[in-house]
Amino acid sequence: MDIMTILRRPAAASVISLIGVLLFYIVFGGVDLGKLSGAASWVNYAARIGIVALPVALLMISGEIDISIGAMIPAGAMTTAIIAGHYELPMIFAILGALTIGVVVGLFNGILAVRTSVPTLIITLGTLVAMQGIVLAGSKLLTGGASVPLTAPGWAKTIFGDFIWGGSHQVVIIWWLILAVVFWFIMHQSKYGNWIFAMGGDKVSARNAGIPVDRITILLFVGTATAASFVGMCHAILFNSAQVSGGMNDIFNIIVSVVVGGVLLTGGFGSIVGVFIGTLTFAIVIKGIDFTSIDRNWANLIIGVMLLLAVGMNETFRKKAMTAATKKKKG
Amino acid sequence: MSDTPVIELRNVDKSFGPIDVLHEISLKVKAGEVLCLLGDNGAGKSTLIKTLAGVHAPTRGEVLVDGEPVKFSGPKDAQNRGIATVHQFGGTYPLMSVGRNFFMGEEPTKGFGPFKVFDRKTANKIAVEEVQKMGITRITDGDRLVGGLSGGERQSLAIARAVYFGARVLILDEPTAALGVKQAAHVLRIVNEAKKRGLAVIFITHQVMHAMTVGDHFAVLIRGAIAADFRKGEKSREEITDLMAGGQNMADLEASIEGYMETHDGHPPKVSAD
Ligand SMILES: Nc1ncnc2c1ncn2[C@@H]1O[C@H](COP(=O)(O)OP(=O)(O)OP(=O)(O)O)[C@@H](O)[C@H]1O
Ligand SMILES: [Mg+2]
Repeated sequence: MDIMTILRRPAAASVISLIGVLLFYIVFGGVDLGKLSGAASWVNYAARIGIVALPVALLMISGEIDISIGAMIPAGAMTTAIIAGHYELPMIFAILGALTIGVVVGLFNGILAVRTSVPTLIITLGTLVAMQGIVLAGSKLLTGGASVPLTAPGWAKTIFGDFIWGGSHQVVIIWWLILAVVFWFIMHQSKYGNWIFAMGGDKVSARNAGIPVDRITILLFVGTATAASFVGMCHAILFNSAQVSGGMNDIFNIIVSVVVGGVLLTGGFGSIVGVFIGTLTFAIVIKGIDFTSIDRNWANLIIGVMLLLAVGMNETFRKKAMTAATKKKKG
Repeated sequence: MSDTPVIELRNVDKSFGPIDVLHEISLKVKAGEVLCLLGDNGAGKSTLIKTLAGVHAPTRGEVLVDGEPVKFSGPKDAQNRGIATVHQFGGTYPLMSVGRNFFMGEEPTKGFGPFKVFDRKTANKIAVEEVQKMGITRITDGDRLVGGLSGGERQSLAIARAVYFGARVLILDEPTAALGVKQAAHVLRIVNEAKKRGLAVIFITHQVMHAMTVGDHFAVLIRGAIAADFRKGEKSREEITDLMAGGQNMADLEASIEGYMETHDGHPPKVSAD
């Protein structure tokens, strides 16, 4: 493996971004690496956006996008809180309710995406705004407020909303790790990953090759919406309450993580390892800045610069990957 | 070999909403025979082969495979019946490797149950072997991205794929259009090879020489209808050229261009009107 072979991998830019950010924080921020690596804040945050970033990455590799995830995180949280908190129904109904709402909105997005020729950015912008309305008006109507408390039973806490390792790390970190492995398997080991890459590369050809493009597109939309409502649900269980607001910033944060992770906005290229590292990098910039002497208001500037640099690197490396003929030794 | 055509169209019409693209098309191709489909731009050649490939359903008329009427539920259905198509555009995924491209939709896997993994080694090995058999010896690494290959190499990859998956009917939509002399010759050799192996081949081209090199049977499409249908040796090169120009006499066209050049200091006519 020479250096060019490594640079040609889709995760290359995200690794360089991560190293760059760490170096920057060490040199200019005097960050204490020991303290940073022991801290939970950025890992928790990475897990929160990372769980959604994984299915969003698949969807973006397939050439589509979903911004309704911004409304689905609070939708999942509110559904959980309204069912288990306001109506005091058993937790299992709350969990099923939150996941069902994800599946339903995902189906709606996906079916519209395959039945119409409206760009999915517009379709999901529609569901984003509509779901915001439904969540706000619905919770006002049902509970009279925009913030609902709940108490979760022990088992639900343990599985979805507890602290682990005796500190302030959240259990969603484990979910994130497991899901990362599952998504890595789907994308890079199973044939379905092949199909998703092909859909992003050339949808018509993929369809002609007999790949069930429509069914996969719908499934991918179900994946993004359900992952988002799952994250909202975990949050509500962890913090014993849910608010209507919150989650909006997540749209951009999740998409930035995916793009820094090397996924091509036009589809057809990317990797799960890259998205994982991209999410980590993003979380370190946003939350790790508190461990530096840099004013935290600069964090967004760093994100902006990092995004542009990462996209630039991705473009360059991808061109290299296309043109360079690998000179292989025998065997 | 039986005399039943492997694939046949009977009075097929195809329209997209109000636009009638194909009218009353009847064609048949037997095993070991090459049908050359000729026609001007927009004549409906691609639409015709998409109907054969299961991409479009005919508006009227019948498609028969081995003499049996069939209705394809989609491209995959047509493929499962042994009809492999290399479309005019696309067909390969530039940002994916040679091995993954070759096996798209037919991935070899190893392992069991939900843990079946894409068998990259096997895929790469077979892909490279098959492409090399087509004479593209420069491809030695199945991990190479297809975007780095030349047009002819990609075309050969797509054809190699179709042949490998046991096609009985091979449909090629302008496979030589973007190719240089040497690579075009390669593709023509592949067509001949496929024919020798007993495949029925439908070959679309704008180049009369290419058509005459491999064709046994020719059909000329003009504005969606079959304007001429003849066998090898029944028409001269000039006659075919005229037919392909939509019935216009090529010699007249050439004369008019020459006449233009004489009166315009040897410049050919401008393409755009300004
Ligand atoms: N999906 C479609 N909807 C509407 N019209 C179509 C569609 N596909 C093709 N057409 C029309 O059908 C006609 C024939 O197109 P087709 O692509 O079959 O031509 P062709 O003979 O393959 O031409 P070329 O030599 O340029 O490839 C064109 O006028 C085209 O605009
Ligand atoms: Mg065509």
